[in-house]
Amino acid sequence: MSSEDGPSKKVSRKPRYSRFTQQELPACKPILTPALVIGILMCLGIIFIPIGLLALSASENVVEVVDRYDDVCIPSTDQKVGFIKDPATNKTCIRTFTIPKKMRKPVYVYYQLDNFYQNHRRYVKSRSDRQLWNPKAESSTTPCDPEGQTGDGKPIVPCGLIAWSLFNDTYMLSKNDAALQINKKDIAWRSDRTHKFGSNIYPKNFQNGTLIGGGKLDESIPLSQQEDLMVWMRTSALPTFRKLYGRIETDLEANEKITVTIQNNYNTYSFNGKKKLVISTATWIGGKNDFIGKMYMAVGGTSIVLGVIFSLLYVFKPRPLGDPSYLSWNKSPTLD
Amino acid sequence: MSVDFVRSPSSSSYSIKEVSFREGNDVIVNPVIRYDSSGSNPVRHGSRGASSGGFGSSYKEIKDDDARLVYVNDPLRTNEKRFRFAGNSIRTSKYSFLTFLPRNLFEQFHRIAYIYFLVIAILNQLPQLAVFGRGASILPLALVLFVTAVKDAYEDFRRHRSDRIENNRVASVLVNGEFGDKKWKDICVGEVVKISGNQTLPCDMVLLSTSDATGVSYVQTTNLDGESNLKTRYAKQETQAKASLWGEIGGMLIKCEKPNRNIYGFQANMEIDGKSISLGPSNIILRGCELKNTDWVIGVVVYAGKETKAMLNNAGAPSKRSRLEKHMNKEIIILSLFLVALCTVVSISHGVWLRQHRKELYLMQFYRKYDYSEPEVEKYEYYGWGMEIFFVFLMSVIVFQVMIPISLYISVELVRIGQAYFMIRDDRMFDKSTNSRFQCRALNINEDLGQIKYVFSDKTGTLTENKMEFQCASIGGVDYDNGKAIDTETGYSAQVDGMVLRPKMMVKIDQDLLHLSKMKHTDEGKHLCDFLVALAACNTIVPLTVETSDPAVKLIEYQGESPDEQALVYAAASYGFMLVERSSGHIVIDIQGERQRFNVLGLHEFDSDRKRMSVIIGCPDQTVKVFVKGADTTMFQVIDKSLNLNMVKATESHLHAYSSKGLRTLVIGMREMSTSEFEQWQSSYDSASTALMGRANLLRKVASNVENNLRLLGASGIEDKLQQGVPEAIESLRTAGIKVWVLTGDKQETAISIGYSSKLLTSQMTQIVINNKSDSCRKSLDDALQLYKKLSDVSNSNDSGNGAGTNQLALIIDGTSLVYILETELEEKLFELSSKCTAVLCCRVAPLQKAGIVALIKNRTDDMTLAIGDGANDVSMIQKADVGIGISGQEGRQAVMASDFSMGQFRFLVPLLLIHGHWNYQRISYMILYNFYRNVVLVFVLFWYALFTGFTLTTAITDWSSVLYTVIYTSLPTIVVGVLDKDLGRSTLLKYPQLYGAGQRGESYNGNLFWFTILDTLWQSIAVFFIPLIAYWDSTVGISALGDLWILAVVILVNVHLAMDVIRWYTITHIAVWGSILATFICVMVIDALPFLPGYWAFFMIAKTKLFWVCLLGIVVSGLVPRFVVKVFVQHFKPDDIQIARVAEKFGYLQGDAETEMNPIFDLPQRTATT
Repeated sequence: MSSEDGPSKKVSRKPRYSRFTQQELPACKPILTPALVIGILMCLGIIFIPIGLLALSASENVVEVVDRYDDVCIPSTDQKVGFIKDPATNKTCIRTFTIPKKMRKPVYVYYQLDNFYQNHRRYVKSRSDRQLWNPKAESSTTPCDPEGQTGDGKPIVPCGLIAWSLFNDTYMLSKNDAALQINKKDIAWRSDRTHKFGSNIYPKNFQNGTLIGGGKLDESIPLSQQEDLMVWMRTSALPTFRKLYGRIETDLEANEKITVTIQNNYNTYSFNGKKKLVISTATWIGGKNDFIGKMYMAVGGTSIVLGVIFSLLYVFKPRPLGDPSYLSWNKSPTLD
Repeated sequence: MSVDFVRSPSSSSYSIKEVSFREGNDVIVNPVIRYDSSGSNPVRHGSRGASSGGFGSSYKEIKDDDARLVYVNDPLRTNEKRFRFAGNSIRTSKYSFLTFLPRNLFEQFHRIAYIYFLVIAILNQLPQLAVFGRGASILPLALVLFVTAVKDAYEDFRRHRSDRIENNRVASVLVNGEFGDKKWKDICVGEVVKISGNQTLPCDMVLLSTSDATGVSYVQTTNLDGESNLKTRYAKQETQAKASLWGEIGGMLIKCEKPNRNIYGFQANMEIDGKSISLGPSNIILRGCELKNTDWVIGVVVYAGKETKAMLNNAGAPSKRSRLEKHMNKEIIILSLFLVALCTVVSISHGVWLRQHRKELYLMQFYRKYDYSEPEVEKYEYYGWGMEIFFVFLMSVIVFQVMIPISLYISVELVRIGQAYFMIRDDRMFDKSTNSRFQCRALNINEDLGQIKYVFSDKTGTLTENKMEFQCASIGGVDYDNGKAIDTETGYSAQVDGMVLRPKMMVKIDQDLLHLSKMKHTDEGKHLCDFLVALAACNTIVPLTVETSDPAVKLIEYQGESPDEQALVYAAASYGFMLVERSSGHIVIDIQGERQRFNVLGLHEFDSDRKRMSVIIGCPDQTVKVFVKGADTTMFQVIDKSLNLNMVKATESHLHAYSSKGLRTLVIGMREMSTSEFEQWQSSYDSASTALMGRANLLRKVASNVENNLRLLGASGIEDKLQQGVPEAIESLRTAGIKVWVLTGDKQETAISIGYSSKLLTSQMTQIVINNKSDSCRKSLDDALQLYKKLSDVSNSNDSGNGAGTNQLALIIDGTSLVYILETELEEKLFELSSKCTAVLCCRVAPLQKAGIVALIKNRTDDMTLAIGDGANDVSMIQKADVGIGISGQEGRQAVMASDFSMGQFRFLVPLLLIHGHWNYQRISYMILYNFYRNVVLVFVLFWYALFTGFTLTTAITDWSSVLYTVIYTSLPTIVVGVLDKDLGRSTLLKYPQLYGAGQRGESYNGNLFWFTILDTLWQSIAVFFIPLIAYWDSTVGISALGDLWILAVVILVNVHLAMDVIRWYTITHIAVWGSILATFICVMVIDALPFLPGYWAFFMIAKTKLFWVCLLGIVVSGLVPRFVVKVFVQHFKPDDIQIARVAEKFGYLQGDAETEMNPIFDLPQRTATT
């Protein structure tokens, strides 16, 4: 571009005309006219408020029972960690609660951990996804440190802190002394079962170290059927999280008493983490959370209020659109 | 006649117009008026005197130490031991096969952006800091490097090829007494080369002989400086004589200056047969030129290969930084402070977190301070408190790296290329007469065009066409100005060898004058005859004959470097004094059918001190006459007024009348020389012109000795027509709030009259004229300031500021006063006064003063300055101003070479500034702000998340997404909008030039807007991050799924944000904006379909839930509502001019003429409709 190269004087160097090069392409020029502004704001209101209402009612319809048990399922207050780490102690714990409202099936059973940083950098990195589905990559445990290999150098399958810290409390539910079946099948994603966790990979050397992080795995069951592991290995985004434990395939009536027999194995006492059992129904909005509803109501409401304010302003302080006499140099200075 | 003629030492580039070179103290008479600035002063220099060192060097006398010794026809000796001169093989390519990789990488890493990339990428490779995967962290840098390397390699390959072709061309070289073919690359200094007509010269050579007996040859220097007129070059008579003996010639020694890039200067001495003769620029022919109108020349190589002037001048375009970019860099520093602040917050919080949990770190499942797998238990990736904090700090720098919008530099560059493309392609800025397009020589100051406050314009060739037309003459005290145009056929023609010769252009003929010119017996007739001979002879014009369709008729075309001289010679020809032949020793003038031979005995160049030139002519009647022409101020000093006082007085009044009409005037005088006087002159001239020391001064002294006691012949008036559209253009610029200053070398009267005709001055203006010498300047300035105060008081009391137009001031100041003012403390006052004037006209200014005036404004205000000019005398001001524009016109190309932009006509300034400048500014400013916003919003989202991960910088958004964010997800729309979006249409911008004020006031990019944007960014990042966070609180959502939601939300948000601000939606804008969102979805899907990543299938799982989509919608709307509302409020209650004009444009208040309006500035080309 810097120098011209026209070898022949005869040839006109005049740029060839096209609407593109002359920047005259047809274009749509939307302008925010008062009508459009009010229309947009009203539309937002009209769309957002109903969605907000739907979301609120959906959240309202969710029946949720949350029971914190980590503090009550432990005998003494000062030897918590010793108690939980001792394999010999009896960790069975029985809790009862009442169903406040009718819960339609399927009813989901979750465990909730608070203050457990499953998104901690040291933790998230410590896994080997290749090892989980490729039998040949069994020994690719480099990212898994410090749970990559056993002390004598054998690869751990599944390796890494995440698998090592597998949650291992168990819940037995009973309703009026009759056992309530918890269906633990298909609690993990189908994609995990079919693609991510190999059906020919079996746990090896797992949880053999000196420090036990959590649950053990049955070495005769392939990873593709270890659904608790799969759920656990979908690391959560936030330090407080729920994970699906199973489903109850029957309706629970209001005021029914539910008894839970908890095996309180998992150590959250070392970092003051809480453990909760959650029994909840689900709707399209997910669990019980009215934030989305409220937010939508707020946004919709604000839009309508603003729309009204603008309408009033346009009525009481109108300004002709695009009147050239309003251009700064056309305005007489005395007018302002 | 026995008088030996002495040839002029150089061809002249006498130009009467603006004094075109600098008043250095030691260098006055230089053989060449122009100095080469494109190369020797690539750096912008200070206002006064700073540059004199740079250009003066080539005019110094040659000292032996500095000299290059060339033994003619003895290349071995020339190149022996002490000096190894460069061979003629050239290398423009940068790399060879082996050096490509290291050198190219080295060059690429000169860019600070790449170094930043590299440092971040290296940090990321440290195991403790590996935030991103290896691939993801290196890919962007590798991609950019690779693409650039491929481009460079391709360019270099082409250079290699052209080098090879160039080096293998063949020239005829004297070897062992015979001319034989030799490849260009094998030619070396000292060899003798023979060039035939129309061949290109292989190296810089001193002419030894030419096919013309008098040693004349002609070269075309188009390749060198773009000038297409023929330049005359001479072989010295001494060497010419030996033309037949070339076989055994030798023993000549040329002592010349070291290679330099001044293509208009050359100084050397040649020792031949014990005599020393001087060589000047007219004796050298340069590589790249073409030999024309000459059968052959023989020359000796003095500079070869990379030492030739052509190669030394291969310098790049000047590099400047735009004001917006400087601003932007300031804001980027603020952003880096942000970055440091964020990183500090994260790392300190991390330290606090570690401290609080220090007792728990051993057993926490998610921390695992110890590694038990080894026999010996050791700490696992834990380096103690301080180090952990430090590592977290570095990691957060890696994670938040996009805070510094490095990609912005690349996008801005791309957008500028796009804008340059549109400016170059704008057919409204194509000049038909010179067949020249607009050119962008500097690519990085496009947006400065939208903020110009001052325009400094040259007059001749810039405001005017620089096509001189002889209008009228005052001869012997009689004014002849009744010229009537006559057509060529009936005009004067001469018969030569059965051929009819006609001048190519005819001037208007005054019948009285024509009649008088035929009466040679009367006194008036003789006087007129002398006058016309002076016109025909006192110049350096070369007549060329051009074939016409009629074989019996030939046209005479006058080639010369000064358009004034051309006009005078054409005028003389029209009255029957036709210059038909020029060789180095004589000229032939066809005087009304009679061919007469005049010997040119001597020539004194024009210089700005004497402001005149003279020739010494041996006439056919054996008399010797001195003809002098020059500016009236200096001519009247050397004219003997006692001879005919009345005539002098009459001529003076005519001159005044001419210059009031805007004509350029020249006074012509002559006297006869006696033989003794001539001999005396000749000896002093000879000794002066071969002097080794102070040659310039000596020559000047010789000239002033003969130029005295002249008899006044008359004066001429030459019209320099205003360029088309100039008054309208100035009017538009003025309305746009741009102050136009005209700086000219012309006389005050001429300047003022041009000022009126170009509408720079209007009759309502109060003129303040300052042309006093020295001390009274102070008083004039004070008076003027008083006057201004009085006027503004009066108008204020009269009608409360309404009549701003009534007290417009125009300042007219001349060069002498300027010099005085600029050198004293009065500078401040001048600035104060001039900034209050609507028009400023500086006349009689020297080039360096032009730069001084620009500096006066530039140093005292923040306002942007633009200088426009066409000649070498404008170079200093073009380089000094923020934006320099060169007019590619009649005067060669130095101005263009020094400029940032070049164009064909002054009036193109209007579309350039008001349309393209406005658009460029608005586009780039928006783009910069948007890019800040776009990157910062992502950084904030990442930052918020860091607060929820124990301050460990886990990223929910995958590595690849965060890397692709600036590369694919959001890059294209901003570039497309930056190139294409227009806030206002062409015709609106032209109709309301005031709209340009938006750029001058910096409305589209300023500190407030920056902070407002950051505030908006903060809110939007909160919306993006916290809405999903709260909505998914206490849920089973996984880190990858939420990450996908966040990245998609950010991308949709920033693209919709852009969409909200787009003013004109083209199809391509739609494709870019919506396509980017689509591309993001596709990329996220692809990333989540890779089973070896932890986030496998996460997107598909979360996208199945309605909550995901509800969140997305909620984020986008709640993120943008505040911005939307503020925008609407501002548009309704405080609309700016652009907003009003835009609405008006849309709803047709301006439509009436919007599409069809023919602005007088444009001679809109008649297009064939292609739509």
